[in-house]
Amino acid sequence: MKPAPFTYERADSAADAAARLAEDGDAVAVLGGGQSLVPMMNLRLATPSRLLDITRAPDLARIERSNGHLEIGAAVRQAQAEDSPLVAGAVPLLHEALADVAHREIRNAGTIGGSVAHAEAAAEIPTVALTLDAEILARNARGTRTIAARDFFLSYLTTALEPDELLVGLRFPVAGPGSGGAFVELAARKGDYALVGVAAHVVLAGGRIERAALGYLGAGGTPLRAPAAEAALAGVTPTAEAFASAAAQAQDELSPPDDIHASSAYRRRVAGVLTRRALAVAVARARGEDPAKEEM
Amino acid sequence: MTQVSMTVNGALCEVDVEDRRLLADVLREELGLTGTKLGCSHGVCGSCTVHVDGEPVRSCLRFAVQAEGCAIRTVEGLAGEDGELHPVQAAFWEAHGLQCGFCTPGFLMTAAKLAESGAPIDEDAARDLISGNICRCTGYSSIAQAVVAAARALQAADPAPAP
Repeated sequence: MKPAPFTYERADSAADAAARLAEDGDAVAVLGGGQSLVPMMNLRLATPSRLLDITRAPDLARIERSNGHLEIGAAVRQAQAEDSPLVAGAVPLLHEALADVAHREIRNAGTIGGSVAHAEAAAEIPTVALTLDAEILARNARGTRTIAARDFFLSYLTTALEPDELLVGLRFPVAGPGSGGAFVELAARKGDYALVGVAAHVVLAGGRIERAALGYLGAGGTPLRAPAAEAALAGVTPTAEAFASAAAQAQDELSPPDDIHASSAYRRRVAGVLTRRALAVAVARARGEDPAKEEM
Repeated sequence: MTQVSMTVNGALCEVDVEDRRLLADVLREELGLTGTKLGCSHGVCGSCTVHVDGEPVRSCLRFAVQAEGCAIRTVEGLAGEDGELHPVQAAFWEAHGLQCGFCTPGFLMTAAKLAESGAPIDEDAARDLISGNICRCTGYSSIAQAVVAAARALQAADPAPAP
């Protein structure tokens, strides 16, 4: 297969990339690892006339921890983040979810920023970003702005990025004491996009759940949170009954899509089961335990 | 046309390519390295897996222009210069890990990376490892067994230092 003709260019810094996007942002596709973009180009679903490779820009490939945040550059490879002790220590939920991103051969090329900018609703990294209230850093030739993850994913494969903006990185809050997370998804085969999945994050205080966040993939046109279920968990003692009741609430909040892979009803049911399991694991981890994760 | 300079199986190669040419096509058509196969051309089947700077990746999801300055290793680079099979190739032979052979170069490149790392591997881990490669005739059991055997052979030849 051959993609439609384009010209290839390489940015040597974030500023250089932003300057190139300012010329004619609509004609340019930003190339990270290309694991979503290049299939679309090979199938001619995407036909950019300019391809801007940002993976050689050193300032986009850094992982840095400062002031309670972990910042991951857009061009950091998923495998590099997966292997990073900094990521595992500061954002363990992301570390766990990365193992479910396609296959290692894909993660060796695919980037953190690319997955978020592509915004597939069944993808892991966007869902973790939404669940942890990460911030997305976007830059154009005039400056940099910060976009809250909840304002970033607008609809299917559509984000708040403007045509002249480059996603330069993600800023995650560092997991604090008393917090725990769990990522669970169901896929037909290992490495496939999830039929549905959940990222759970809880903070415990005095034996109760101080706050909980539940993020879903494969449950709609974007990654989604379940605000009513989260509110129901706040302040309660973490018990199996509390998890089951939150799971039922989350099921009510979600209206997952019907497609050839699974019906909406099936996805909703699985979302409930996964919510219960993820909450149990997240709470156990918040207590410092090392629970076994029930395999799907 | 863009000039790309890369090493392929240890030899420096300079090729003039159209920007839209996939690395897999350049390896096959410009450099004559037809061991690398193209199955789906959208990253799903794993037949085109090669190593770029030591890591297995899909060569159908990479343009040759992106390989500027990179070290590429293909299935042709596995066997020794004297033709002696790489332990992964020998294990696939022994364990009947191939039938028609189309998917085999991709499996070999995926497995070689792990086998060469010296990490111990059981059949479950081998199945996990090869989950990104599709085979439509041999069957995965003998492939997974071949991967386990290859990892053992490499460990026996060069035991990894105790952690």
